[in-house]
Amino acid sequence: MKILVCISKSPDTTSKIGFTDNNTKFDVAGIQYIINPYDEWYALVKGIELKEANGGSVTTITVGTAADEPTIRKALAIGADEAVRIDAEATDAYFVAMQISEYAKDKAFDLILLGKETISYNGAQVGGMVAELLDTPYVSLASKLELNGTTASITREAKGGDELVEGNLPLVISAAKGMAEQRIPNMRGIMAARSKPLNVVAAVAVDALTSTVNFEMPAPKSGVKMIDPNNMDELVALLHNEEKVI
Amino acid sequence: MSVLVYIDSINGVAKNAQEAVFYGSKIAAEHGMETIVVTAGNSDNDTLSALGQYGAKKVIAHNNIELDSQQLTKLVTDVAKENNSSVVIFSQDLTGKAVAPRVAIRLEAGFVSGAIALPSNDFTVKVNAFSGKAYCNMKINSATRVISVSPNSLQPEAGEGTAEVQAESCDLGASRIIVKNKVEQTGEIALPEAELVVSAGRGLKGPENWGIVEDLAKALGAATACSRPVGDAGWRPHHEHVGQTGVAIRPNLYIAAGISGAIQHLAGVNQSKVIVVINTDPEAPFFKAADYGIVGDAFEVLPRLTAAVKAANL
Repeated sequence: MKILVCISKSPDTTSKIGFTDNNTKFDVAGIQYIINPYDEWYALVKGIELKEANGGSVTTITVGTAADEPTIRKALAIGADEAVRIDAEATDAYFVAMQISEYAKDKAFDLILLGKETISYNGAQVGGMVAELLDTPYVSLASKLELNGTTASITREAKGGDELVEGNLPLVISAAKGMAEQRIPNMRGIMAARSKPLNVVAAVAVDALTSTVNFEMPAPKSGVKMIDPNNMDELVALLHNEEKVI
Repeated sequence: MSVLVYIDSINGVAKNAQEAVFYGSKIAAEHGMETIVVTAGNSDNDTLSALGQYGAKKVIAHNNIELDSQQLTKLVTDVAKENNSSVVIFSQDLTGKAVAPRVAIRLEAGFVSGAIALPSNDFTVKVNAFSGKAYCNMKINSATRVISVSPNSLQPEAGEGTAEVQAESCDLGASRIIVKNKVEQTGEIALPEAELVVSAGRGLKGPENWGIVEDLAKALGAATACSRPVGDAGWRPHHEHVGQTGVAIRPNLYIAAGISGAIQHLAGVNQSKVIVVINTDPEAPFFKAADYGIVGDAFEVLPRLTAAVKAANL
C-alpha cells in the first residue's frame, strides 16, 4: 500500500497577522508555522495508521521552500517514511495541485490523503483538483476510512449528518475531524526523522490562473454591549430591530 | 456568453442555492450575460422555475440524487461548453467543495473558493484569509472563471420572473463512489450553511443539559453547535464542533453559552455578523470578540432568552 499525504503549512493560530508592501504581501516576520492541523491530525495520522495495519509506505509531499523543512521534519517525526518537497513558493491552489499531480502521476499511489481545507483560507480546493488531474474519484470531508483489500469504506459528511460510501482504490480523500487523533512525536521519532529521506524536486511551470491583489483587515469591532441577564427582552429587541438578524 | 450556476435541488432549493443563483445573476447583469442554472436533484418544475425570481433565465435539470463528483463534473462542464459559459458559480457547500475544483481544472479556469462578496468588474474576489483574521482580494486571470460563494455572503432578493425548465438526461457514465447508507433527512438545519446558530460549551456541565440549548435553537429556527471539548467528550456529535479543527461558520447570529472563547474557537466563528456571548465569568476572553455580552448563568439566561424570543413572536 503506497500512501501519499499532502502537507501544507499554516501560521500558528495565535500569530498576529500583518502585511507589508502596501498590504500586498503577508508579513512573515515573527510568524511561527505549523502543519495545517487538518493535514497533520487527520490525514497524516490516518495514513500512518493504515500503513501500520496493512504495511506499505507513507510519503509526504509539500510545495514550499527550504524554510518549510522544519514542518516537513515534524511530519517525518510523527511517522511518515519519506518526504518530498517541491521547491517553490506555493502561489495558489492550482499551482499546488499541478505540482502534486505531476509528482504523483507515474508513482501508482493507492491513496492520496489531505486535510479537508487549510485553516488559513478554508479553500478546500487542492484535493478536488488533484483528483481531477489524476482522473481519480474524490471523497471529501471523510471522518472514517476502512480498507478491505482494494475497497475503501468511507464515512463522509452529508447534508444533515453522515453517510457511508464505498469506492475502489486508487482514491483521493480529504480528511475531517474523526478520521484520526493527533499524535505527538516522541524522542525516537524526532531522532529517526533526521535520517529519513527528504527529496527536493524542481517545480514544473504553471500559469498563474489567479493572483493575490492585496489583503485587508476587518473593521475593528465597536466593542461589546453588555445586557442585563434579567432583561432578555432588550436583547431580542436589539437583535430584531437594530441588527435585523432575527 | 453566459453565467452558469450549479445548485443541488434535492427535496427543494436551499437558501444557499438561491444565494448562488442570485450571485450569478448579479455578475451576469454587470457583464451583459444571461444566467443559466444547472441542477441535479428531485425537485419539481414549479420549484425550479421559481429560480427566475433570483435571475435565472433557464434551468437545466438532471433528475438524479446520487451523482458522484465525477458525474457532476461532467454534467456541469458539458452544460458550460454547450452554453458558452465564461463564469461558473457554485455555493461553497458540500457539493461545491467536491465538484467546483474538478470543474475548474476541466475548464482550465481560475478558481476562487469561498467568495464573501460580489467580484469587482475585473473579477477580483474577496475571501477570508488567515483563519478569518483578514481578507484577501484574489484576481482571476483566466478567460473562464469559477467562483464558489460562501453561504450567508449576500441576501438574495426575490424579484419577478420565472425560468424555463429543461430536462437533461445525458449519459454521465457510472458512479465510481457508491452510497451504501444514506443519511436520513432530519429536517434539522445544517450547521455550515445556517443563518442562526446557538452554541454551547463546557459551561453546560453535561450532555443531559442540552435541552435548554435546543429549546432556544428551536424557538429561533437555528442550528446547534458546540465547542471542541464538548465534541471531544462525546456530549455532542463531532460535526457540531465549530472552531479551528471542526467547522468554520459565518452565520448572521452566533449565540455562545458557557464557551470561554479560546483563540482556536474564535477562528471558526469570528466571521459571524453578530456574536452574543453568555458566560458566568466577566473576564472570559470571548466578550472581547462579542457584540452583545451577558454575564450570567446559562442555566438561567438561556430559558429566559427562549421565553423572550417566543414572546416577541417574530
